[in-house]
Amino acid sequence: MNWFRPPSHALRRASRLARVLLSSQYALMLEFRAEIVLWALSGVLPLIMLGLWSGAGVVPIPGFTPERLVHYFLAAFVVRQFTIVWVIHAFEEDALQGRLSPALLQPLNPFWRYLAAHLSEQATRLPFVLAIVALVALVHPAALWWPSPAGFLLALLATQLAFLVRFAIQSALTMLCFWSERAAALERLLLIPYLFLSGLVAPLEAFPAPIRSFALHTPFPWMIWFPAQLLSGGTVPVAQGFGVLAAWGVLFVPIAALLWRAGLRRYSAMGA
Amino acid sequence: MTSPLASSGHYLLLLRRFWSTSLAAELEYQANFVLELLAVGANLAGSVFTLALFYGQGHQLGGWSWNAALVVLGLYTLLDGLTTTLLQPNLSTIVTHVRTGTLDFVLLKPIDSQFWLSTRTFSPWGLPGLFAGSVLVVVAAVRAGARPGALHLVAAALLLVASALILYSFWFVLAATSIWFVKVWNATEVLRSALVAGRYPVSAYPAGLRLFFTVVLPVAFLTTVPAEAILGRASLGWVLLSLAVAALSLLISRRFWIFALRFYTSASS
Repeated sequence: MNWFRPPSHALRRASRLARVLLSSQYALMLEFRAEIVLWALSGVLPLIMLGLWSGAGVVPIPGFTPERLVHYFLAAFVVRQFTIVWVIHAFEEDALQGRLSPALLQPLNPFWRYLAAHLSEQATRLPFVLAIVALVALVHPAALWWPSPAGFLLALLATQLAFLVRFAIQSALTMLCFWSERAAALERLLLIPYLFLSGLVAPLEAFPAPIRSFALHTPFPWMIWFPAQLLSGGTVPVAQGFGVLAAWGVLFVPIAALLWRAGLRRYSAMGA
Repeated sequence: MTSPLASSGHYLLLLRRFWSTSLAAELEYQANFVLELLAVGANLAGSVFTLALFYGQGHQLGGWSWNAALVVLGLYTLLDGLTTTLLQPNLSTIVTHVRTGTLDFVLLKPIDSQFWLSTRTFSPWGLPGLFAGSVLVVVAAVRAGARPGALHLVAAALLLVASALILYSFWFVLAATSIWFVKVWNATEVLRSALVAGRYPVSAYPAGLRLFFTVVLPVAFLTTVPAEAILGRASLGWVLLSLAVAALSLLISRRFWIFALRFYTSASS
């Protein structure tokens, strides 16, 4: 790699790379749109929980009317759709099938390709998510709301940041694939506290105080509850939320990078 | 063709061979056991926590007491363990067979292809779930003050078998669609995530969803109806209906497989 080129050149290369990666990955993802619909559908947990909470009649959660609850769960559903990360499964398969070796020969870290794949998948997913939201609105006409422009922008930002943090954490875990065949099992294990503490099963306001404060010390609620509250117009500590997300990202990006370099030294092409 | 009795003995022998060889293969990975134990424990803790969010505020889900709701959760854990033990490992391979063309070899074997595909492997990693679910069902039922008579216990056992068969049929039909849509294993993920609804008694949902979970996706028959029987309050109507649904879904899965095979044209065609 040539580091002595003028910065404008490097910038041009990066933007061209990004364009090519994103458009090729988007074309690839469009091939799999049927599969992506199924992935989108498999995120129904917040909608099931919405059914349970609204079946419960009066909602005894501070600050939540029945209508706000519908908005919250719908927002949580949308946020979850755009923060799904599967890099560990893609990487595991690539390493197993021997596709990692040719990727390593390219003058580009394979993780950029995975990142582009995730972003393209989100773009492919968008129409289906909108369709599901429309379907919910058809059943529950009161379910739709217009988020305030500021709330919408902040939620968009928080969702993307949450996605990047999850991507960084899972990438760090992915690197354990170099040492163990059970890395994906660890990820499955990590998914369990994520499911129960992130706000997918109930807004954090419903948690008893000690568990809520424990949850807020983990990254999980900041990935669903925080963006979902922003989107549905709830009150959340905005600056703290972005700060916490950024801190988790700053912690895990270097860990992933370090493990990547250490893992590559162990990698011997056959059977990793 | 031999007599049905001899052939069922033959199939039982095959089943034992299948499962002992896959058990031997799986036990190579003993670290899995710890991970699976942790996963079952954490999942149960999370589900109990979620239930407690409702009951902590003095609300009863669909009129079910705390312990009665735990019976439903136990049954869900049990069925989830069954899924991990048998359904997931076997039925996820149908897709691979179709994609790589090895389904040809399965069809050539002198045994029933649906039987082979549904029972070939056995993963011991679902056993912690099966065990934890059973314990939870018994403990919660006793604490709920259930005194089921012999008749109710028979009904409960029958209903459990029925719910396992319904679950199997759904998985199998979904996996069999891979004959047409090769990349279909995500569909089983959808099924698994929708079945999460079975963690809670079906009467806790609003009317529309309740109907959906009874008629379209029969979650009600998977956990709620057997739980009613264990708690000694099943009605004859529901028991018969549940058995009928199980028989029907098994029949559909059989018919569907025969139908699907007509469209299977082997690899590269």
